[in-house]
Amino acid sequence: MALLDIRNLSARVEGRQILKDLSLSLNAGEVHAIMGPNGSGKSTLASVLAGRSEYEVTAGTVVFQGADLLAMQPEERARAGVFLAFQYPVEIPGVNSTYFLRAALNECRKSRGEPELAPMEFLKLVKAKSKILELDPALLNRPVNEGFSGGEKKRNEIFQMAVLEPRLAILDETDSGLDIDALQAVAAGVNKLRRPDNAALVITHYQRLLNYIVPDFVHVLVDGRIVLSGGKELALTLEARGYDWVTDQTAAVADVKS
Amino acid sequence: MTAAVDPSKDVAAPALRADPADAHQPRPTMSMAQMLAAFRDAGTDAVPGWLKQRRVAALARAVEVGFPTTSDEEWRFTPITPLLELPLHPAQPPAHRLTAGEIAPLTFGLEACRLVFVDGYFCGELSSLPAPGGDLRAVSLRAALAGGAPELEAHLTRVAGDEALVFTALNTAFFRDGALVVAAPGKAIAQPVHLLFIATAGETGAAAHVRNLIVAGAGSEVKILETYVSLSDAPHFTNTVTELVLGAEARVEHCKIQEENHRAVHIADVQARQDRGSHWTSHSVSTGAKLARHQIQTLFDGEAGVCILNGLYLARGGQLADYHTVVDHAKPRCESHEFYHGILSGNAHGVFNGKIFVRQDAQKTNAKQNNRNLLLSDDAVVNTKPQLEIFADDVKCTHGATVGQMDGEALFYLRSRGIGLEQARQMMIRAFASDVVDRIPLEPVRAHLNHKLTERFKDKP
Repeated sequence: MALLDIRNLSARVEGRQILKDLSLSLNAGEVHAIMGPNGSGKSTLASVLAGRSEYEVTAGTVVFQGADLLAMQPEERARAGVFLAFQYPVEIPGVNSTYFLRAALNECRKSRGEPELAPMEFLKLVKAKSKILELDPALLNRPVNEGFSGGEKKRNEIFQMAVLEPRLAILDETDSGLDIDALQAVAAGVNKLRRPDNAALVITHYQRLLNYIVPDFVHVLVDGRIVLSGGKELALTLEARGYDWVTDQTAAVADVKS
Repeated sequence: MTAAVDPSKDVAAPALRADPADAHQPRPTMSMAQMLAAFRDAGTDAVPGWLKQRRVAALARAVEVGFPTTSDEEWRFTPITPLLELPLHPAQPPAHRLTAGEIAPLTFGLEACRLVFVDGYFCGELSSLPAPGGDLRAVSLRAALAGGAPELEAHLTRVAGDEALVFTALNTAFFRDGALVVAAPGKAIAQPVHLLFIATAGETGAAAHVRNLIVAGAGSEVKILETYVSLSDAPHFTNTVTELVLGAEARVEHCKIQEENHRAVHIADVQARQDRGSHWTSHSVSTGAKLARHQIQTLFDGEAGVCILNGLYLARGGQLADYHTVVDHAKPRCESHEFYHGILSGNAHGVFNGKIFVRQDAQKTNAKQNNRNLLLSDDAVVNTKPQLEIFADDVKCTHGATVGQMDGEALFYLRSRGIGLEQARQMMIRAFASDVVDRIPLEPVRAHLNHKLTERFKDKP
């Protein structure tokens, strides 16, 4: 059984239809990349999977580990093992990072029937995980993302992922706004977290990130549909020829069909 | 998401909200003459001649000014109907003696020198006073008046002498007791002083006029905590005035927590006069009372003074919480920082009015004012208004006000990590309050307030 099975998904926001009959299936142990031009629906897909309420699903199903993902609240999805690394992590003044993350982890543990972690145990875990991400531990004494640089925010997303150990990680343009050092650090973190029992959906506009997080499959999203799928080499072709090449190709295919 | 508010406009039209239970019929209300008759002989006995004179003058002033109505600019959004509907009468000495065990939960476990007042009456056996002859004097005002404490004639009723504030005038006329706290010059007082005011609220309309005077000698340091609680839910009235005199370079942290029952009326005036280089921090938290009005004022009477005014008001249901602040930059090179945060739910009403005067020779003034409001319901109302009157030309003055709902993006972020909606909301509420709460220098008080915030917003707000 696939870990995540998206079938004929259509979704709209503010009255605009963004996703149109999208189907995609991920197995445990796989990394899938979703590429596509601006406005093609990449971030909408991430938002719909995470459960953002502004996005309305108009058709289709999403089954995650055998359960109906779309019927779950955002927190239930997280507890079931879905993690969204935000494109623009929000700053939350007044909410301490460590306190927040411990509360989050304990909610996830509770839902799996595991005991909550006491503060000392949690700090040990945090110490170990922050090493993987080379994250300055001082950041964790600050309010969530407050005053973090762009790179620190993205690193913090992957750090949270390391602590929460999701089954499915969705990285929404995690590479945007990162310099090459930060990009490498973030990618290295993601790679260290790869396991046979989890999967990742890496959403990106550029091929650059995929040099470091090597995907098993690459899908090209155009106008709310997956128009092309292939192996990791597809990313390189796209980088060389641009998205216009895909658009032209699919237009040609559509012409032939009609 | 918070929206910036045009400070020249009120945020919403005022809505006069009556408690649904009271809505069906108007009740008779008390006139000023009835009020004066009810309190004529309460607590005004056995005072020195100078105070008698000031009482007479204050009474005359109260009669002249009369009770405020909503056509009075200072009370435009704050109808005092809940007060005037009460059968007001002087609170009687408590029939039942409280025990140390009963008041223990009201002390937050704070190690402090403590003066306990029950229904406005000083309660010596529950209090722990500092040893006489030390750097700190803390006694009941009545004892101090009887003993002829030298600070009284110089300062009492002099700091809060602006009798345009009719409730302050009434307090001057009728106060029975309160505390006198004096920190000796040059001394840093390690133990905080806790003034605990308990209303047993045994009967509807019991009223206590409480008066405190805090004198911090030049170069002294002292922390004062004033708390107000009710032990039952009968509507009662507290009219409290605290005067603070800060000598040159003195540092005072003053923390006032109002947690009276939700039918009470609490009217408070906290006024400071700051000498050169003094540093006053006021923390004021208001969670109780049906109608709570707080006047907080300081006068910079010497150069280079600093005041930090923090405030947090929580109002729900038909509660009204009102903060009126006045910072008078009468001297050059003083700094004032105001941070007032309101959290409103149900059909609660919040009012903030912040006045800053910068007098003509108060050059190099630095004045900041900030009022933020978090609305948890569609029916809550806030009226916020800054009022800056600047007559000097080399000054920095800023002000800002926001009224908004909970940040949906932040809420989603917390939920996306597995935190449930209710817990996420609570985290956000606490975060909003923490700007104010975290500045309070007494850890047990912070812990109490954090616990209170959690309890208060546990269920649907």
